[in-house]
Amino acid sequence: MSTTTNNKSELSATADEFLDKPEYAQVTRDVRPTVPRYRNELGKYRVHRASTCKQCGRCVEVCGYGVHTRPTGYKLLIRPFDYRCIGPDCEKSDTCCLKTCPENALSLTINPAFETIGDFRWTPELIASTWRMAETGHAPGPGQECEFGASGGGFDRICLKFPDSPPATLRPEEISTEVLLNRRNDSRQRLKIDVPWYGGGMSFGSTSINTILSRARTARAWNTLTCTGEGGYVDRLIPYADHVITQVATGLFGIREETIQRAPVVEFKYAQGAKPGLGGHLLGDKNTPPVAAMREAVVGVPLFSPFPFHSVYSIEDHKKHIDWIAHVNPRALISAKVSTPADVDMVAVGSYYAGVHIVHLDGSYGGTGAAPNIAKKNIAMPIEYGISRVHRFLVAEGIRDAVTVIASGGLRSPYDIAKAIALGADGVVIGTAEVVALGCIRCSNCESGCGCPRGITTTAAGYCDRISIDWGTQRLINLYSAWREVLVDILYRLGVESVAALRGRTDLLYHLDYEPEDGA
Amino acid sequence: MPAKYHIHTHPARPRFRPVGKFGIVDWREDCASCHNCVKRACAYGFYREEADTLHDEVGYLDYIYQCKGCLSCVQDCTKGILTRIVNPEYKRIGDTYYTPAILLSTWFQADTGRVPVSGAGYGGPFTGSGFDSMWTDMSEIVRPTRDGIHGREYINTSVDIGRKNDHLIFENGTLIPSPPLIVSPLPIIFEAVPERWLREPVPTVVSKAAAQLELFSVVRSSEIPAGLSPAKDNIIPLLESVESFSDETFTSASMVMLPDRPLIGAIVAGLKERNPEQIVAVRLNASPESAQRALELAGDGVEALHLVFDSHGREAAPVNPRHARDVIREVHCALVKDGTRDQITIIASGGIAQAEHMAKAIICGADLVAIDIPLMVALECRLCGECDRGELCQIALEEIDPQFAIERIINLMSAWHSQLLELMGAMGIREVRRLRGEVGRCMFFEDLEREIFAPLFGTRREGSVSI
Repeated sequence: MSTTTNNKSELSATADEFLDKPEYAQVTRDVRPTVPRYRNELGKYRVHRASTCKQCGRCVEVCGYGVHTRPTGYKLLIRPFDYRCIGPDCEKSDTCCLKTCPENALSLTINPAFETIGDFRWTPELIASTWRMAETGHAPGPGQECEFGASGGGFDRICLKFPDSPPATLRPEEISTEVLLNRRNDSRQRLKIDVPWYGGGMSFGSTSINTILSRARTARAWNTLTCTGEGGYVDRLIPYADHVITQVATGLFGIREETIQRAPVVEFKYAQGAKPGLGGHLLGDKNTPPVAAMREAVVGVPLFSPFPFHSVYSIEDHKKHIDWIAHVNPRALISAKVSTPADVDMVAVGSYYAGVHIVHLDGSYGGTGAAPNIAKKNIAMPIEYGISRVHRFLVAEGIRDAVTVIASGGLRSPYDIAKAIALGADGVVIGTAEVVALGCIRCSNCESGCGCPRGITTTAAGYCDRISIDWGTQRLINLYSAWREVLVDILYRLGVESVAALRGRTDLLYHLDYEPEDGA
Repeated sequence: MPAKYHIHTHPARPRFRPVGKFGIVDWREDCASCHNCVKRACAYGFYREEADTLHDEVGYLDYIYQCKGCLSCVQDCTKGILTRIVNPEYKRIGDTYYTPAILLSTWFQADTGRVPVSGAGYGGPFTGSGFDSMWTDMSEIVRPTRDGIHGREYINTSVDIGRKNDHLIFENGTLIPSPPLIVSPLPIIFEAVPERWLREPVPTVVSKAAAQLELFSVVRSSEIPAGLSPAKDNIIPLLESVESFSDETFTSASMVMLPDRPLIGAIVAGLKERNPEQIVAVRLNASPESAQRALELAGDGVEALHLVFDSHGREAAPVNPRHARDVIREVHCALVKDGTRDQITIIASGGIAQAEHMAKAIICGADLVAIDIPLMVALECRLCGECDRGELCQIALEEIDPQFAIERIINLMSAWHSQLLELMGAMGIREVRRLRGEVGRCMFFEDLEREIFAPLFGTRREGSVSI
């Protein structure tokens, strides 16, 4: 992506400098181990080395999980990386450090803090396995749960039905995970992404610039997309413009013709799953000077996006809206992000006939930077229902192959993605999983004070730089890589040759609370 | 433009330390006493002071209760001596229905008058029992009005209590005046204070807060607080004894309530004769027979029916008591089918623990709800039940400053009012009166499962637990 001189003159000095080094925007999707940024990473277990340790290094030799290390040139062992420990299961093997320590200096206990992180949807185990994938770039190891949460419904009760053995002709390396985003036979680009997911809208203001750039660089590396959210288009995103969706939401913060012209996909945010029907809300404390400048607002004032678009009160208005963007950018695909009301099927059909390429359904348990608790819990239906209802309706209407259905709102792992696609989505949008990879523990304090003390969803000086762009990028690249690896393995075990072929294959799913009609 | 119903709030800081969920603990014997102690870097400032007194034991618990649980210090400590725990006291407060989370949220609302807001997606179970198995609907584009940030200023939360004729009635060519109605600006009345909290100043505070909010409070006829009058202070006397039916003191009240009893029609007629402008409500313990009884009462000229559930929202039944969600729907539908729904107002109480329960009970078919325990929780009650056992009240309710207590209740109602507006704004409904029985604006778990999942997965197993 090159920028015109005209464009460049409007950019700030920092961005200018940045844009002079286009090589910096080159990112490969190579996996590199990326250790956690906290000194004491949280794991399920704690390994304690007592003072009786003689530093013999026997534990370093036996442990296959990297718990015990003595870097080259070091005389002493460093404190155990106990978050990597697989726990009591290891005691069955010969490589258990506890058994091999000649001094009996090692002990294993449950880490009390571990149980306190996460919640029903994102259990501590799911968070830890996401961290592990972001660190290693590969599928999580033994004993690490990456499929089920504990919510007791939806994806947590739906299972994939793996046949005894996959077809002999299927080779994992030939499995395709591409998703075509433009299914209309129109003049616009036939955009394809390499993995069946892209990044959801997180605005500048709700998240830090380093988080935003990490996501954009990862999107570029993996040939997929990320989204600006409703906070304007930060200049530093320009080198990644071919992979950045720009969002047009009701507050129209930072929306300009040139930002729309830059985008491969323009997303209308009609509603957000976490707070359907309520509009957006950036609390005053997070409206720092750079955020206010981008949004052309006053520093420190809470910023509300109204609901709904005050120019859209009917499906005809919606069509006019789409026509407007389609004229401003003749290249862009149009996406409509809607929530999941009871009539979500009608909304999807209406959106299609109004001309969108992508119907993006955001289920009620989706992420947010700030939303009333009553809305997060109660309004609109979970995405599992939404996908299925929309898919069936579009099939019955005979337009299923002319529109791309993207699901979001509670997709936590490659397993969830496979289930969502089997229920009828073409692909998914993720957000929370990415911030978890960057170190989120789901403490839900994104909205208070200066935002996230862990440096993810904040714009406060002193907190943003807790994540470096390089570290963040690599963590996400690793996560994407691990997810693709797991997803390909799932497809292989299912005997399905591509993500596209998995769509709507509900025969490959079963529900733990249901008795199948055929008694299978 | 008519004046909008608006509740003015004032912060009312708690008298007692709220029971927080998380706290960090450390093994101080391993502390290296480093000068850059992670506690000094606490983003919320809570642990900074504690770091200064690290080797004393001063006020340690105070910090624990305020911790936001971001884990930054736990993960950054040089020696790794910190850990986070769930406060054991937190697990002990409340009960299975009034969960610790609900108590904490209610305290926040009573303290600030604000809607609880947080970041990150919903982390709770997929679904639950009772009201937790309902999702309210939203509308992508159709709004009540295009004015205001949410158009919510125009949402009317008033409800009528009383009988509404479905047609004009003439007698000898003259229009008979419509029956009396009273209007409550919120679909809430304050239920009679339960026995265990019945000690001054609590009953007075509840009635005064109701009057200030222009709401009504139910008070047992023998316990009308000194200095308050049923007629002037929006009190609904609960006439429990036969003598009270003829007590002049209550004749002037705009509404009275009496427990269900045989031959109630005659008693109601007697009361109406003494004051035709008075609304007479009957209180009925919800049971499998409620729907049948509601039809009879509507026929007997009862103008309002107060359906009482237990504190967890269950009907009185020997086996498998149903939740209010199902009983209210049954009663509402029976009246609708009978063509007498507007002849009688339904008030539901018991199990209304949060603002969302109020909206959901109305969707199921109640006109309004009555609440008691949330008001007590607003006064910082932990539902410990010590008072039932004759022990001292942990929060010394007897000593609460009445003005402060009223403020806490007003704050809570303001937060509930705002939350009701949030839900209705999302639904695109402009009147609480129209929300009644509007099940089309909500989704029930079992319906979604049947319509969407059953065709894919087969038959849902009986008794398969959802959480």
